[in-house]
Amino acid sequence: MATYNLKINGKIRQVNVDPSTPLLWVLRDHLDLPGTKYGCGVAQCGACTVHLDGTAVRSCQLPASAIGKQAVTTIEGLSAKGDHPVQKAWLEHDVAQCGYCQAGQMMSAASLLKTNPKPTDEEIDAYMSGNICRCGTYLRIKEAIKSTAKK
Amino acid sequence: MNTTKTTHNRRSFLKTSLLSGGGMMLSVSWLSSFKSADKRQVLNLPEQWAMLNGYIQITADNVVKLLCPNPEFGQNVMTALPMIVAEELDVDWKNVVVEMGPHDNTKLGPQFTGGSNSIRMYWKPLREAGAAARHLLRQAAAQTWNVPVEEVATKAGVLSHANGKSANYGEMADKAATLEVPKDLKLKAPKDFAIVRKSKKNVEGQKIITGKPLFGLDYRVDGMLIAMIQHPPAFGMKLKSFDASQTLKMPGIKEVFSLKLYEDGFEQGGFDTRTFNDLLVVVGKTTWEVMNARKKLLAQWEPVGDTKDTMSGRGGKREVVVPGGLESTSTQLEKMQELSQKPAQQLRKDGDPETAFQHAAQVIERTYNAPFLAHNCMEPMNFFAHVTDEKAVLAGPLQAPGWIEPTLSKILNLPADKIEIQMTRMGGGFGRRAYGHYLTEAALISKKAKAPVKLIYTREDDMTYGIYRPMYTATYRAALDANKNLIAFHVKGGGIPEHAIHANRFPAGAVENYLAEGWQIPSNITIGAFRAPRSNFNAAAEQSFLDEVAEVMGKDPIAFRLELLKRAKENPVGKNNEYDPDRYAGVLTLVRDKSGWNKPGNEKYNRGVAAYFCHNSYAAHVVDIVTRDGQPYVERVFSAMDCGIVINPDAATNMVQGAVVDGIGNAFYGALTHKNGAAEQSNFHNYRLIRHNEAPKSIDVHFVENDLDPTGLGEPPFPPVFGAVANALYKNKGKRFYNQPFQNEMDKRM
Repeated sequence: MATYNLKINGKIRQVNVDPSTPLLWVLRDHLDLPGTKYGCGVAQCGACTVHLDGTAVRSCQLPASAIGKQAVTTIEGLSAKGDHPVQKAWLEHDVAQCGYCQAGQMMSAASLLKTNPKPTDEEIDAYMSGNICRCGTYLRIKEAIKSTAKK
Repeated sequence: MNTTKTTHNRRSFLKTSLLSGGGMMLSVSWLSSFKSADKRQVLNLPEQWAMLNGYIQITADNVVKLLCPNPEFGQNVMTALPMIVAEELDVDWKNVVVEMGPHDNTKLGPQFTGGSNSIRMYWKPLREAGAAARHLLRQAAAQTWNVPVEEVATKAGVLSHANGKSANYGEMADKAATLEVPKDLKLKAPKDFAIVRKSKKNVEGQKIITGKPLFGLDYRVDGMLIAMIQHPPAFGMKLKSFDASQTLKMPGIKEVFSLKLYEDGFEQGGFDTRTFNDLLVVVGKTTWEVMNARKKLLAQWEPVGDTKDTMSGRGGKREVVVPGGLESTSTQLEKMQELSQKPAQQLRKDGDPETAFQHAAQVIERTYNAPFLAHNCMEPMNFFAHVTDEKAVLAGPLQAPGWIEPTLSKILNLPADKIEIQMTRMGGGFGRRAYGHYLTEAALISKKAKAPVKLIYTREDDMTYGIYRPMYTATYRAALDANKNLIAFHVKGGGIPEHAIHANRFPAGAVENYLAEGWQIPSNITIGAFRAPRSNFNAAAEQSFLDEVAEVMGKDPIAFRLELLKRAKENPVGKNNEYDPDRYAGVLTLVRDKSGWNKPGNEKYNRGVAAYFCHNSYAAHVVDIVTRDGQPYVERVFSAMDCGIVINPDAATNMVQGAVVDGIGNAFYGALTHKNGAAEQSNFHNYRLIRHNEAPKSIDVHFVENDLDPTGLGEPPFPPVFGAVANALYKNKGKRFYNQPFQNEMDKRM
């Protein structure tokens, strides 16, 4: 066990966990931040996507010991009032079906748009293909991303 | 989860009864309301609700709360079902608050999500509930204002009279709750709908986009422990012994034990399917600790051998032998090939197919195969349970709490009213969560651990501990006369452990001489419902075969189907034909027109069409494939649906688009195979799901407009996708695709 002071959604949160504990389970089991989802545990589905210093990473593959001073943002901290442009676009396009993967999808989309504000369809496909949606909402996700890019 | 204090918990004033043929009946008297003394007591407490009936609650300050009776797994019932109530109640949708209802089959009806039934089974009762409540409110206003009830109008939650008096529903809710419901209720004509047929956003949208804890996996209580099950490495194996000493030394681990899910002779209901009966369980503090400690278990496994399951249900109590042995896909395919040559059970016969085939000028025969499929819900199976000697509280993702409650009651030795099952939002279902064994497992683990416990399946557990879509095969034969007329049709289907044949569906009824047969091979690999059970294979095979027959006949595939449907309508063959030929033809002509079938401008696409009827609805798709980087991709899809009145058009469109994507993904990539009883796929690195770049660029969804009572939509669009993809692939690759998943056939020699 080791103690870490993690910067999560703008606040320092102290946790005492085994150093190998993935950030995903630190968030879910220790910090009561269940918005980040478990889907596969092997970085194949993207449900656990969070931002590390603004870039999308799979939290299931990031051990607590490797986070250091890097700032972690989860879906709960993407915006104060749920009004990040991506979140608004998701509502506008009524993207979700079951909704389980959507936090990960939005975190990936927000990261994509930060570095590439007007992505092409191909760039969206390339960036988002690590995020599986079992309900098949891919078209709406793409439309939502594109509508954000237009603004 | 649903803690609003209401009289609802104290008294039952709904009267529901089951119809003999299945489904639910609510007599109007079920709304006869509560007595004034109780009501006053309720309304003196500002936080409490004046309940007009099980679904509708209206506060004195005019908040209308509607309960969703059915579990939500992404089909958007939490929005659509309350829309139906709101329509007849005549309230402003903006003022409506929706909450998932408690599990209470007496008050809220059958409460199951499956078989594309939610809208179909609740359409009428929910309309009546809304209309009855509106009537009570009008009556209350009439008495208060001393005017005839007929003269009290409503508009968007406001009652009014020509004399200038008006009141909102909240002001009259108090009085309305004391009144008797009349025998006759007038429902709105579809042309007057103001909410139904107008798209409404998902009522949980804001919670979803902000990551609120909606799902079973998010549910937690103080002191909750985490449990995981180590299941045998293969179907056909069971636990022999185990050594947990290393596991117990790991941090956070509380205990390790084995337990039996069902005792010998336990009478299983139809949805008590369980994959393994002897469970080796690790209980600890956190998910990561339990995951790691489980890896340290030293377990010995042994063959189960043939076992007997005792089944109850419709056929009465019976014994079913589950064969032992370690099955492999390769040997299963050989066995299926062998059985397909042997006599099978006749399911339907019209005319004299034997003679017709003997005298045919040409016989076309093709065989289709499809593998087991894993459901792969994005949220793996999990359930919370806190079981004590007095009661059981459970929460998690489940499609039909009422189907598992009797099992829990027997196993836990608790009466049903001491079992509370809370329905969390489900991260997908697709049929998998109709089988509640994981809930029973969680309950037994909690009871043994004497603690609140969350049972979690890892992705690997979820995929290898499955209740899969069965493995299917079918051989189709068509007999043509010298003029290339279709004179006979024969389908012989088989599978592990069931065949998929729906003998009374199209083209039954459209061909003079018709024969349907089925056979099956028992197996110890567990199977169950998977989005449009059986139909998902039939539509692939039959619609692909019809395409090939049309080609041999020199006919356009849509025109050929329309000819058959014309025959089925004008001069139907045989009895019990399940489909309505007009509605079937309706989706075909709609998709033909919308896709510009045979019209110029579509030359760059390789086009395939398919249609199917299942779950009381009709679906047709045109799939357009293009080649990119040497690979075929579905670029565009046109879909036509007939499911009667569409409650929430935008959400319905979303679901059809999702079904199309799901169908393309499973047709191209879906497969779960076994070697010596062990699943060969365990996670998304070797079980391929469709991803963003493989989804079509556009899916153009059209609904047939009519005023027919609504039918299902979650399943019907799914099956024909497979056939349409197969037919478009033929145009793209110049060869037919008979074996799913199609990707495996892609690189073989043409």
